[in-house]
Amino acid sequence: MTETITAKDINEQDKALLSDLQDALANCMKCGNCMEVCPVYKEVGKEAAVARGKLSLMEGVLKGSIPLSAAFDTAMSKCVSCKACTAKCPCGVPADELILRGRQAAVKARGLHPIKKKVFALLKNRHLFDFSLRMAGVFGPLSFKKIPGKMAALARFPMPGMDYKRVTAPFASTPLRSQYPEVIKVDRPTMRVGFFTGCTINYIYTDVGQSVINVLKENNIEVTLPSMQHCCGTPVYMSGDVDSAKILAKHNIETFDSYNFDYIVSACGSCTEAFRIEFPHLFHDDPKMSAMTEKLAKKTYEISEFLIDIVKIDKTKLGPVNTTVTMHDPCHMARGIKVTKQPREVLKSIPGLTFVEMKAPDRCCGSGGSFSLGNYELSRKINDKKIADIASTNADTVVTSCGTCRMHLTDGLFQNNMNQDALHVVQVLDRSYKAGHKK
Amino acid sequence: MEKHHINALKEIVGEENVLTSAEDLYCYSYDATPGHAHMPDAVVSPANTAETSKVLKLANENRIPVYTRGSGTNLSAGCVPTKGGIVLLMTRLNKILEIDLENLVAVAEPGVIVADLNKEIASLGLIYPPDPGTVATATLGGTVAENAGGLRGLKYGVSKHYVMGLEVVLANGDIMNTGGKNVKDVSGYDMTKLFTGSEGTLCVITKIISKLVPAPEAKKAMMAIFKDLDNAGKAVSAIIAAKIIPATLEIMDNATIRTVEDYAKVGLPLDAEAVLLIEVDGNPIVVEKEAEKVMEALKANHADFVQIAKDDAERDKLWAARRAALPALAKLRPTTYVEDATVPRNKVPDFLREVSSIAKKHNVTIGTFGHAGDGNMHPTIVCDIRIPEEMERVYQAMDEMFKAAIALGGTLSGEHGIGLGKLPWMEQQHGQITMNTMRSIKRALDPNLILNPGKLVGEC
Ligand SMILES: Cc1cc2nc3c(=O)[nH]c(=O)nc-3n(C[C@H](O)[C@H](O)[C@H](O)COP(=O)(O)OP(=O)(O)OC[C@H]3O[C@@H](n4cnc5c(N)ncnc54)[C@H](O)[C@@H]3O)c2cc1C
Ligand code: SF4
Ligand code: SF4
Ligand code: SF4
Repeated sequence: MTETITAKDINEQDKALLSDLQDALANCMKCGNCMEVCPVYKEVGKEAAVARGKLSLMEGVLKGSIPLSAAFDTAMSKCVSCKACTAKCPCGVPADELILRGRQAAVKARGLHPIKKKVFALLKNRHLFDFSLRMAGVFGPLSFKKIPGKMAALARFPMPGMDYKRVTAPFASTPLRSQYPEVIKVDRPTMRVGFFTGCTINYIYTDVGQSVINVLKENNIEVTLPSMQHCCGTPVYMSGDVDSAKILAKHNIETFDSYNFDYIVSACGSCTEAFRIEFPHLFHDDPKMSAMTEKLAKKTYEISEFLIDIVKIDKTKLGPVNTTVTMHDPCHMARGIKVTKQPREVLKSIPGLTFVEMKAPDRCCGSGGSFSLGNYELSRKINDKKIADIASTNADTVVTSCGTCRMHLTDGLFQNNMNQDALHVVQVLDRSYKAGHKK
Repeated sequence: MEKHHINALKEIVGEENVLTSAEDLYCYSYDATPGHAHMPDAVVSPANTAETSKVLKLANENRIPVYTRGSGTNLSAGCVPTKGGIVLLMTRLNKILEIDLENLVAVAEPGVIVADLNKEIASLGLIYPPDPGTVATATLGGTVAENAGGLRGLKYGVSKHYVMGLEVVLANGDIMNTGGKNVKDVSGYDMTKLFTGSEGTLCVITKIISKLVPAPEAKKAMMAIFKDLDNAGKAVSAIIAAKIIPATLEIMDNATIRTVEDYAKVGLPLDAEAVLLIEVDGNPIVVEKEAEKVMEALKANHADFVQIAKDDAERDKLWAARRAALPALAKLRPTTYVEDATVPRNKVPDFLREVSSIAKKHNVTIGTFGHAGDGNMHPTIVCDIRIPEEMERVYQAMDEMFKAAIALGGTLSGEHGIGLGKLPWMEQQHGQITMNTMRSIKRALDPNLILNPGKLVGEC
């Protein structure tokens, strides 16, 4: 596998993969509007980093003007999939998705980034995955140096793909789904909800999971944590490994379908997006799966969205939380499932809480799912802008709605010697319910 | 270009600031203009004037073409390296050097994004008015080199009205200063004006001294819908005759109205022949009075519907239709040509009629919107560049459109520049003598013809 793979070679192997992209690519008028918003371009400053450049490179490969080279892979990997370009584009070009397609081509041609390969091989095997992440929790103190008072730790010896200076959250000693029975009963439940925890909440941020369960219980909702659920597959999908993503997706769809829940709730924009948008997309040409997928898509909600739009929480039960809070909108909330009002409404319902908007709340935090695994320095630079924005609000807490964002923000706050808390929206709400009981 | 040239360039700007991989070169083979692309041999990003000067000296001695580039958003193929050579990327020179509040002057490097300059001075109550549709992406250098205009051209003018002085590097590497902070300055030929709008063919701009003006305290937006195009034209004249110079006076033709309505559902009647969007700005008391007079002029000229924005939210709504014009048209077909033929203000209705009959005749889709106040129209042609037969018709339509503009006493380009795109019609607009004069200037300043060769004045 060298620099010499050409469009011809690829097309001989898989004509369909790239060629139906041609029409989509032709819609880019090269206006360059995406330069304004692309966080990667803002740091790198080279045309190959912005959507316009990446789309041109794909066009070049398809035309046979340039080879499908290692440099092409690199260009395609320099994208945090934040969808900012797509939201800005006057021509309606879904650049982030097209870039994923470019990555898929690159994966087919020469395989994944070696670090990601290790992580994703693990992801595909649910038992092995569960086992190794539990082990990470049990032996966590060995591999991570704890940072006092924070849900954060400094990696002590290299994890696959981790920069050793990098602050990650410690793995929980007991995963969330082992802390609770599968069904969490309440008296006279008003509805039955399936909680898709996602891996971040199950293995790392169990505190967020606990808050989700507490808050739902406060509202007389029966919560089920289907034991067979697995990672949604988004990270694998984002890296261009569609086949693995499909295996994970099918498993989750069948698992959740079998319970017949009233609603499915998740506490992560990407996970909600997976159920709502990606799964239907993955199986659109498979009639049996597609019906099941569409049904689940319609009843899946992100937690803040669920609490405001469906549950319509009773605000009189909330007690004061005296703190100043600012909010980071995860890309997959702001531009994926387009949920930004509800988490704000949750915060604004809490007495005593002062909410301060940062300058660019929906600008990417730089994490980009597994982007930061292969591009840590670049993702830090993007993150530094976010941290500066947080600092300018003088808030003592920054909240968000995604585990990966929380982790990246925590890392950024630490690297910049700041001591703000980074929490999930629902954790602050949980505190408020608790304060309400003391009233 | 030879290997040793590349090495010499790396010596000047540093290894990481010379790009030569096929992938990187491919990314600098185009700008925002459809249908023009050519790979350079190297992309070179200097850090300052001294490095720029050394690069040019080397290029000049070795007869290597140099294509200066800002953000590459121009619509006249101005950045396309048609003869290979060097793309000189100016985006690393991106510092605002000075905001001089006593003289209301900014000194900045060419790679500064126009919107960033405006953000910087907003808190001081100042604006830099030239605001092309690309303010958030275009560089100061690129806008000065294109003499870019924008929505506020009627009242505030275009780039050339703000450039007071420049530092430029000439083709042979010499560094030259023009103008300065003096409001009045008649010392010598006005080289500042010559270089403004020179599209990278005469020099490389490395520093810009620009005028700033106080931000207007108040704004008021109004919209009017006309079933009859002539009434819209008369309303525009009436507003100006009432001695009101709105900051914005925009028009959309029927084809654009239909497309916008289809896409954004803002509630425009499909049979309307024109929509006007007007905004007056300035002192709050004056703004109120002027808005009243504008409304009178609109009604007196039989506007079928008028609305005035009461607050910011309503203002946003009125603007929504105009903002949707380009995105709505661009989504119709893969390829979009945004032209900018310009006619004297009173000829706008005639020109719009000409354009729609040309579109019909050649069966091409053209939506025209633009700055009615200054006659700067944007006939926007949407098509598919991959279909040769269709492109034949598109080129025919373009040809007739430009000829129509010239015949009405207009000009090929109001703000996007000539570059390559409109070169074929230059002779027709200017005649032999003017073209020869322009070419003499080009040869005098760039005898080896290395700066953006073949553009603006063609081969010489
Ligand atoms: C969607 C869209 C809307 C637009 N709307 C408008 C509009 O309303 N009004 C308008 O006027 N234009 C408009 N434009 C055109 C374009 O944005 C402007 O021409 C802009 O000024 C180009 O700036 P840039 O930094 O991208 O320059 P580039 O495209 O990089 O360069 C433009 C020209 O300037 C030369 N150049 C660049 N930097 C320098 C330098 N430092 N020294 C010497 N020469 C240099 C280049 O060689 C080239 O010929 C629009 C374009 C698009 C795509
Ligand atoms: S904004 Fe859209 S059309 Fe414009 S260059 Fe980017 S992807 Fe292409
Ligand atoms: S998705 Fe985000 S990072 Fe990727 S090209 Fe678009 S704007 Fe840039
Ligand atoms: S998207 Fe992130 S948080 Fe959600 S399941 Fe996948 S890895 Fe876990």
